[in-house]
Amino acid sequence: MEADVFVAWFEAAARMVHDERDRLTRLDAAIGDADHGTNLDRGLTEVRAALDGSPPETPGQVLATAGATLIRRVGGASGPLYGSVFRQMAKSLESPVTLAGFAAAFEDGVVALERLGKAVPGDKTMVDALTPASRALALAVRDGVGVREAFRQAARAAEEGAKATIPMQARKGRASYLGERSVGHEDPGAASAALFMAALASVVA
Amino acid sequence: MVGIVLVAHSAGLAAEAAALARGIAGPGTPVAAAGGTDDGGLGTSVDLIEAALRDVDQGDGVLLIPDLGSSVLTARLLEEDGRVVVADVPFVEGAIAAAVAAGAGAALADVLEAAEEARAYRKL
Repeated sequence: MEADVFVAWFEAAARMVHDERDRLTRLDAAIGDADHGTNLDRGLTEVRAALDGSPPETPGQVLATAGATLIRRVGGASGPLYGSVFRQMAKSLESPVTLAGFAAAFEDGVVALERLGKAVPGDKTMVDALTPASRALALAVRDGVGVREAFRQAARAAEEGAKATIPMQARKGRASYLGERSVGHEDPGAASAALFMAALASVVA
Repeated sequence: MVGIVLVAHSAGLAAEAAALARGIAGPGTPVAAAGGTDDGGLGTSVDLIEAALRDVDQGDGVLLIPDLGSSVLTARLLEEDGRVVVADVPFVEGAIAAAVAAGAGAALADVLEAAEEARAYRKL
């Protein structure tokens, strides 16, 4: 995988989040402060601009640029959280990028996310979508599955993980202030995390 | 003196809390506000926090006091071991306690401890 795949990943994520902005914001209106769609859309638009402005040469540079831009420009909790995932991936990723290397760097990214947000699976956060995705990637590596199918399985696992947050009671983030009233709604962070994974699957067709 | 940066979701909340803390601790106490997003909305801005950090950094360390959520996460990304530290304390009470300690010339660890004591303050 070369840098262009990673640029395409963030371009696809920006498009998907833009298209789904209102759904993300509605999910956030139910249990948060109704800014997740707008914040992430703005952040990813800035990521696209940054990648267009000076196209990075390596996958690590793409991830580092995206991470730093999200941290600076999102304005909500998802900025530092996604930013940490991608910055850690940038540090962990070895070139040339193989599926095994990607899966390992992704796992490191999720660990960095858990460390910053202090969330664990079951807290009704983006961790609930990204942990299953990371596990799916690791299983795909173990089973010798190709990149395309591996990313598809990761996207499916993230989507199922996001849907599985519906019956959960939030223990992290703004939604945790709602207690039992957070039950019955999909977590907006898990929903956007599933979009990131769907975007990844879409660029390796 | 140890610097203090108040990181809040709202520019007004951060500015007024900083004014209150300076008013109690003394006008020379280095307390800066970093509230809201770059464009004045509700949220957090790394650029505003970094600018506030530069304003209050006198070389003796800086305590970041966030309100909640993205303020906490963003502040944690700016921590530097032993130099820039995030306090997990009540926003207003912690800011005042930290400012009073900083204004009296306490070291960073003692300013942090003073802020943490504010967690146990009773109002009644």
